Amino acid sequence: MSVALNIFSIIAIAAGVFFFFAGSVGLLRFPDRLTRMHALTKADNLGLGLVVLGLLPRADSPLGALKLVAVWLLVQLAGATVTQLMARAARREESAPRSSP
Amino acid sequence: MIVVTAVDIELAVLVLAVAAWTIAARQAFPAVVGYVAYGLLLSLVWVRLYAVDVALTEAAIGSGVTGVVLIGAATRLRGTEAEAAAEQPRAFLRLAAAALCVGMTVALAAAVLLMPDPAPTLAPEAVAHLPSTGLGNAVTAVLLAYRVVDTMFESVVLLLALVGVWSLAPDRDWGGAPKFPRPAGQDGVLTFFAQLLPPVGIVVGIHIVWIGADEPGGKFQGGTILAAMWIIAMTAGLVDAPQISRCWLRLVLVAGTAAFLVIGVAGFAWAAGFLAYPEGYAKPLILVIEAFMTLSVAATLGMLVGGPPQQELRR
Amino acid sequence: MNEFLFATAGLTLATVAMGLFRILAGPGDVDRMMAAQLLGTGGIAALLLAAAGTGVRGAEDVALALALLAAFASMAFVNSATSNSNADDPEGADGR
Repeated sequence: MSVALNIFSIIAIAAGVFFFFAGSVGLLRFPDRLTRMHALTKADNLGLGLVVLGLLPRADSPLGALKLVAVWLLVQLAGATVTQLMARAARREESAPRSSP
Repeated sequence: MIVVTAVDIELAVLVLAVAAWTIAARQAFPAVVGYVAYGLLLSLVWVRLYAVDVALTEAAIGSGVTGVVLIGAATRLRGTEAEAAAEQPRAFLRLAAAALCVGMTVALAAAVLLMPDPAPTLAPEAVAHLPSTGLGNAVTAVLLAYRVVDTMFESVVLLLALVGVWSLAPDRDWGGAPKFPRPAGQDGVLTFFAQLLPPVGIVVGIHIVWIGADEPGGKFQGGTILAAMWIIAMTAGLVDAPQISRCWLRLVLVAGTAAFLVIGVAGFAWAAGFLAYPEGYAKPLILVIEAFMTLSVAATLGMLVGGPPQQELRR
Repeated sequence: MNEFLFATAGLTLATVAMGLFRILAGPGDVDRMMAAQLLGTGGIAALLLAAAGTGVRGAEDVALALALLAAFASMAFVNSATSNSNADDPEGADGR
């Protein structure tokens, strides 16, 4: 049983790290801001989500597991809000006459 | 073991790189972003050093509230930045500043490198006297029992900082409310966020204060999270920033320091002296102080981020 | 298993640290805030992984605090950037 859970943790965490990698590469390589933001949300939602999923069987108490899930949900909420706000800020920065430094 | 060492070295290199970049940045705003990233990395470092109490403080204050204060300052100063950068200080002044900085770095490095091995520590003593306080967290015992006078004066420093900020208010706005920067018009996303997050944040903040007696946590960390929730609600326009002349606001601001003073002076009558706790009552008294301090920390940090009042007094 | 958790923590941190080049390069402030945001999420993941690998008590609470404040800095940035360009701030208006 514990071997199966360990394998599950390893697969989920490895997949999570892959999405962090994808998010970082996207942030560096994508050509414009809105697509870069798109890459960012992959790390927030899938990267952290899979890491949390992989750590869940290893939580030492139900409260610990609840905290892990709460962390993921809070980061999702923050990510969704911030990308909305920043997309608008980016559009404003581009349309303003005095644009980027 | 090699993996652990490698990750620790990686973390240290990252912290140094971000710190160097923050100092070298020519404009204020990128430097502030670097500083926020630096605070986040530092809280990882504190977790690696098993100092979770400090990690919580760094996460909440260093990276959270200080970051917001600095971002506000950087965007406000943007208009004057080109002018300030054009002013070249004289060569003598720059050399003197460099010499002072190098001297400071050398002194700090010497202090760390010349430390006796093993370093002198009071940790065993602090843990040995833990049962007499009724607490389970040695950090809380240091802050609120062994060195409680220091903590009381820290609460005074926080108040003085706010008085300093308020003293920048123009006369016509004195007594009015601070203004939180807000985008023009209604912003649905921000409103939604500010309705959803604070209920969770208030629970987490109180949880962190409550477990502070036995586990990492405490009034400062929890109070800062509560302050952040208040600031988010004020920024989204869900609640109005209070006018600084409000009586309830001033009472909440001084509540923590007042609790310290009342319990401290009472110590003359029922215990060994100022801020000494009577036998067996240490933990309940510490909890009373923590409760009032949490409120004061939350209110003070919220008002500090708001800055000096910018709206005229309404009666 | 603990070694694996620790190695992935280091890997996550290294990955999101690559994104820090956006703080250097910009081109705009929005890109810089995006890099900080990514480092925030990756830092939380690395913190959880490292804490699970070493069994530090209370690390979940640090992660909770970081997650609660994840949007805080970006929110302040967007708001002050916007309200200053509206020039309703007397000090900001005469500066340019």
